[in-house]
Amino acid sequence: MRPSGTERPFLRVAAVLAAMAILLVPGPGRPAEPPMRKLAVAASANLRLVLLELAGAFERRNPGVKVEPTYGASGMLQAQIDQGAPFDLYLGADRESAVRLHAAGLALGQPFHYATGRLVLWVAAPARVDPNVLGMSSVANPAIKRIAIANPAVAPYGVAAEQALRTAGLLDAVKAKLVLGESILQVVQFAQSGNAQAAFVPWSMALVPPLAAQGRYVVVPPGSYPAIEQYGVVLGRARDPQLAEEFAGFVRGPGGRTILERHKYALPTD
Amino acid sequence: MDVEALRLSFELAALTTVALLVIGLPVAAWLASSRWRWKPMVEAVVALPLVLPPTVLGFYLLVAMGPMSPFGRAWISIFGRPLAFSFEGLLLASIVYSLPFAVQPFAAALSAVDPRLVEASHTLGVSRLATFFRVSLPIAAPGVIAGAVLTFAHTLGEFGVVLMVGGNIRGETRTLSIAIFDAVEQLDYATASRTALFLLAVSFTVLVVTYSLRRRPVLG
Repeated sequence: MRPSGTERPFLRVAAVLAAMAILLVPGPGRPAEPPMRKLAVAASANLRLVLLELAGAFERRNPGVKVEPTYGASGMLQAQIDQGAPFDLYLGADRESAVRLHAAGLALGQPFHYATGRLVLWVAAPARVDPNVLGMSSVANPAIKRIAIANPAVAPYGVAAEQALRTAGLLDAVKAKLVLGESILQVVQFAQSGNAQAAFVPWSMALVPPLAAQGRYVVVPPGSYPAIEQYGVVLGRARDPQLAEEFAGFVRGPGGRTILERHKYALPTD
Repeated sequence: MDVEALRLSFELAALTTVALLVIGLPVAAWLASSRWRWKPMVEAVVALPLVLPPTVLGFYLLVAMGPMSPFGRAWISIFGRPLAFSFEGLLLASIVYSLPFAVQPFAAALSAVDPRLVEASHTLGVSRLATFFRVSLPIAAPGVIAGAVLTFAHTLGEFGVVLMVGGNIRGETRTLSIAIFDAVEQLDYATASRTALFLLAVSFTVLVVTYSLRRRPVLG
């Protein structure tokens, strides 16, 4: 017994194509909205939570403005900017990348220091290791099989994590446990999925789910690693340089500072 | 040049290809001959790894390998260490990721085998298994080789899945494509290009050799 359709494959194909065409036809058009001023921000992955809030606050103050962040590792973002990516503002995780963009003639203004990152050591709750009691030496506990850090070769938070372990005299002992994420977001994924029982992440990431719900954290002593001074720069290709300057000013101004502080970034004093 | 990464990539590609020949051929043989009404479901499942972006597939594999999934828990209790961040984990991920690249050409080649030859073999009293190896497989060999080559090449260049489940450990999970990406991230384009060029040259050679072998007459 054969289903009748197989004798006419053309009809079946036509029916499938027709169904797809119906699904793809756009619905009735929306009423025209006033033109938006858009701001494309290339941002380091550690900013994912705080930038959402910064953008929201800025948009509320400036109706008709839309901040559109793109997150990535700083090396990748720089390569994209080198190749003409249409970003208005760059917010990095270190000083070097902003200075480099400026030196390469891709920036409009001077690099500016907007925040200093703070590192915490997060430990998964099932590991039964309390980082508040054991501090940095938590990572040496046998219950910690894997420690996720950002790749020090590409990420400032990874450099900081590695140096903090070295300062604590633990690096050699735990080197075999280290797994490297290409960005802080990947570090969070390694921790969140339970594959790494400890992770070095920006403080802001440890404050909220999923990590807040799945473990505890201790602040890594700030003197034990090079300060994560985060610089930004307005880009030369900005379509709306004035808007980019305004947002950069907001991030560094009282409104931005309050939000950055709530996300546990240290603020520049200069 | 990261020699360790190079060795790792080729090892991973070779083992994935062998594994998918072992797993993929029976699946393809079943797909080629089955008349089960739900067969399209199986075909769709085999093709699904093509649909998900590699990093998304990698993320779910990462979760599946972790202690939050029953599979991950079982693996950890049996082998004492999690599958993620290990070579075995990469191998499993690569097998899933390259499944359609092996099974689809295999199945296409096997369904092109003239059923009369298979039936003739059966009527002569040759077992199904022996018929498969002595009749179907030699006839389908070009397609099977093509599938194996695709699998090998696909795994060699695999990036997103390895990135997600690998953890970038030297000598264990840092494959060549990860090493190239790291070099790019460090804006070290010279190293990246050198490594990429080498990968291309070696792969080109492997592909040329394999495709020229395929031109030889197949013995029945």
